[in-house]
Amino acid sequence: MPEPILSVQDLHTHFLTDNKEVPAVDGVSIELHKGEVVGIVGESGCGKSVTSLSIMQLVPNPPGKIVKGEIKFKGKNLTYATEKQMRKIRGNEISMIFQEPMTSLDPLFTIGNQLIEAIRIHQKVSKKDAKNYSIELLNLVGIPRASEVVDEFPHQLSGGMRQRVMIAMAMSCDPEVLIADEPTTALDVTIQAQILDLMRNLNKEKQTSILLITHDLGVVAEMCDRVVVMYSGKVVEEGSVREILKDPKHPYTKGLIRSLPNIRTTEQKLYSIPGTVMRPSLDQVGCRFAPRCEHSFDSCWEENPKLLKQESGRQVRCFLYDEEKSERGVTSNDKSYT
Amino acid sequence: MLAYTSRRLLMLVPVLFGMTVITFSIIHLIPGNPAQTILGETATEEAISNLEETMGLNRNYFIQYTAYVGDLLQGDLGTSLRTKASITTEIGPRLAATIELTFFAMIFAVFIGINAGIISAWKQNSWFDFLAMVFALVGVSMPVFWLALMEQWLFAQELGWLPAYGRQESRDPIDPITHFYVIDSILHMDMKQLITSLKHLVLPSIALGTIPMAIIARMTRSSMLEVMKSDYVRTIKAKGSGQFLVIYKHALKNSIIPVLTVIGLQVGVLLGGAILTETIFSWPGIGRYVYEAINYRDYPVIQSGILVIAFLFVIINLIVDLLYAFIDPRIKY
Ligand SMILES: Nc1ncnc2c1ncn2[C@@H]1O[C@H](COP(=O)(O)OP(=O)(O)O)[C@@H](O)[C@H]1O
Ligand SMILES: [Mg+2]
Repeated sequence: MPEPILSVQDLHTHFLTDNKEVPAVDGVSIELHKGEVVGIVGESGCGKSVTSLSIMQLVPNPPGKIVKGEIKFKGKNLTYATEKQMRKIRGNEISMIFQEPMTSLDPLFTIGNQLIEAIRIHQKVSKKDAKNYSIELLNLVGIPRASEVVDEFPHQLSGGMRQRVMIAMAMSCDPEVLIADEPTTALDVTIQAQILDLMRNLNKEKQTSILLITHDLGVVAEMCDRVVVMYSGKVVEEGSVREILKDPKHPYTKGLIRSLPNIRTTEQKLYSIPGTVMRPSLDQVGCRFAPRCEHSFDSCWEENPKLLKQESGRQVRCFLYDEEKSERGVTSNDKSYT
Repeated sequence: MLAYTSRRLLMLVPVLFGMTVITFSIIHLIPGNPAQTILGETATEEAISNLEETMGLNRNYFIQYTAYVGDLLQGDLGTSLRTKASITTEIGPRLAATIELTFFAMIFAVFIGINAGIISAWKQNSWFDFLAMVFALVGVSMPVFWLALMEQWLFAQELGWLPAYGRQESRDPIDPITHFYVIDSILHMDMKQLITSLKHLVLPSIALGTIPMAIIARMTRSSMLEVMKSDYVRTIKAKGSGQFLVIYKHALKNSIIPVLTVIGLQVGVLLGGAILTETIFSWPGIGRYVYEAINYRDYPVIQSGILVIAFLFVIINLIVDLLYAFIDPRIKY
């Protein structure tokens, strides 16, 4: 297999809140190859956004800090990059779209102004050419009346339109990697499908690699090649989308899939995983999902489970699949509880 | 923008009406007979009825008010009881003196305040930030008269660099045109007078501008810090922009709105409340004019002074509102 275009190895990003160090991202590793769409899923608060901000070296500091790990982009280690080197990469080679289209554009400047700015930071073009290119980009992302919208202000556009503008902005310098942090969470379902379509086209036509962050497995099923499941700052499972949806291993992933609304079942009540996400802490021992897990046993409370590599690159962080520990739990071949 | 401006102008009408009602009522709200109050305990019956006659106090309120507003509309503020001169002519130069001082005090306050606020926010928790904020805290809590006296002692008396009193050299008075001496000396193309006028402005401007400067610096800093945490600033950073563009283009414009509010309020405070500074620096402004009128119970002057200050306040507010709309496209025109 060729070198991944972006690889995150053992990333630890901590936040200092109320004089307590919170390991928001606690040893995460992710690989993204050229032209690939990788999903990161997990409940809110599990560290998805912090992971993506870490890649961009945009973790708000203070209170946040990357304390350990390696982020390699095309062979360069971004954790050692200077601010100046990062500026050349941000918006140019790695672009990012955020969850909040309503607040992600500066309310006091026109759409055109903000697009032109994005273009002219990285490309030596005249204002006029940049404006024409902006209109072209707005057309490309399916904004009607692009030549008028370019002179309008963000508050004159709907959430969906603003997210299109964000995508246009992200596309403006033909990035090799697009990080989309819950790009459709704040949008209506119909708009959501259109935005996903846009990203799929970008991926197909320009071979842009996409790191798609979401808490919606439906979106993952539709868009991604591979998926990384995160829980409380750690990767708990990883594999191809087909494998994971068909045969989830980690109890948390199973819960996520069970809680997907399914029109084919007659079940009246939606399933939801009992309990809530525990705030990660440095002095916690044991599996972080144990308090919510119906299969937890002694080891789960006493030791941190390792990420077990299974056949075909699948990975799972659970003692149930650990030959030595699982005699009291369920073994990997036992599918009775799915 | 035009529609918005005219709407805002139209809204001034009831405000101005209310203002005239209040200033008109001042004289009638004093307990007892106004003419008696003005003239004092020892006044004769004849003197009282004479004054009532000249001020029209014996007519009914409605007629009095109509006459008052009618005069105002013609630019006639009445006659001073003490000097028997037209208040309109008397107040002009004093207004110019106050506006000139306020202008320079605010230039000082805004220029230093905003820049200190920006740098403090940019280098949050640095030694600059720390020093600037300590300085700002001292600035807001320092009594103006004390600062004024210290300035006079150090820069006028000890060092002799700057004049301590007045607007001009009494031996070499300026020939007034607009009564803004800086403008007048430029109109006369008199470099020496220009320098003299500016020198006279330095100490009172600093005394008057220090509190607004401190308030503006703190407001700018906190407003900038708020904006720097916003989603759109994150977007701009994610585009690959440098700090300078983030701060001086986006963050500054977004954080200026609450700062503008503060600036507007401070201008109003300076215009109306500079009596102490004007007294210490012998600055012949409107604050002192009203203050002296109060001592002499010169009610027509008190009324006019309050009206003029209130009017300036309203105008400043209008300008601030128009600036909001100019800066923020979300404000409905
Ligand atoms: N600005 C911040 N200040 C303090 N803690 C933060 C901040 N941003 C994130 N965190 C911590 O990181 C954790 C993960 O947040 P985040 O990555 O935003 O989750 P999500 O998976 O929903 O994107 C949060 O639970 C919080 O404890
Ligand atoms: Mg998030």
